[in-house]
Amino acid sequence: MTAFNQETFDSVADIIADICSIDRAEIAPDSHAVNDLGIDSLDFLDVTFDIDKKFGIKMPVEQWMEEVNQGDADADEFFVMKNLVIRIEELRAAKAA
Amino acid sequence: MKLEYFQMVDRVEAFDPERRTIRCLARVPERSTVFEGHFPGYPVMPGTLLVETVAQAGGFLLMALDGYSRMPVLTQVVKARIRDAVEPGAILRIDAEVQQVSSGISAIEGQLSVADRRAAECEIRYRTMPFPAPELRDLVIARAREIGVPVTGAGTGGASR
Repeated sequence: MTAFNQETFDSVADIIADICSIDRAEIAPDSHAVNDLGIDSLDFLDVTFDIDKKFGIKMPVEQWMEEVNQGDADADEFFVMKNLVIRIEELRAAKAA
Repeated sequence: MKLEYFQMVDRVEAFDPERRTIRCLARVPERSTVFEGHFPGYPVMPGTLLVETVAQAGGFLLMALDGYSRMPVLTQVVKARIRDAVEPGAILRIDAEVQQVSSGISAIEGQLSVADRRAAECEIRYRTMPFPAPELRDLVIARAREIGVPVTGAGTGGASR
């Protein structure tokens, strides 16, 4: 199982703080991107764009949304910060393999 | 180029799917109601329409690359620089290159030149979404064919996702 990576979390939190004009101190591993941080869909697209660019990955955000909408997954699995970081680490590992 | 219809691209001169680039041409009309206001006695293309022209070239590029499965909608002009005035009758060359394709968002960089003189450069982002109606997708594909954008594998009938 992929572990939480603090360095990745810090990078993602910096990106979110910058794009969404959110106080960096408010972004914690347990923060929910939508429910707690109030990131809207358009901002989240920009966040996705910058995360992809930073880590050289392609986050399948639309596929995640589809899984959530169809009831196949809980939104927390993707949009709570610590879980998002783990997803990013998984994608980075898959790319490196 | 039909300014009043927002048809900014006349034809595609080159398309390279491997380099993810496109080169388009467009001729600014000699007369347009746009020039009556911008500006009286000194007609020049509004810079915003130059940005729109680059955005449309980039949009055709993105659609051609993904088989017209998704519709790019302008969401962000990250950077735009208008370097020179473009007058009625000018022949525009628009070059666009994909910068990044992410889930639901794509970006291009583009330049617009008149006789090898760069008139504008832009960095543009689009939200990419399913076509809202199959009829619109068919119209876009028809327009793409008309101006010479490759439509290989696109099919028709609006089977967009």
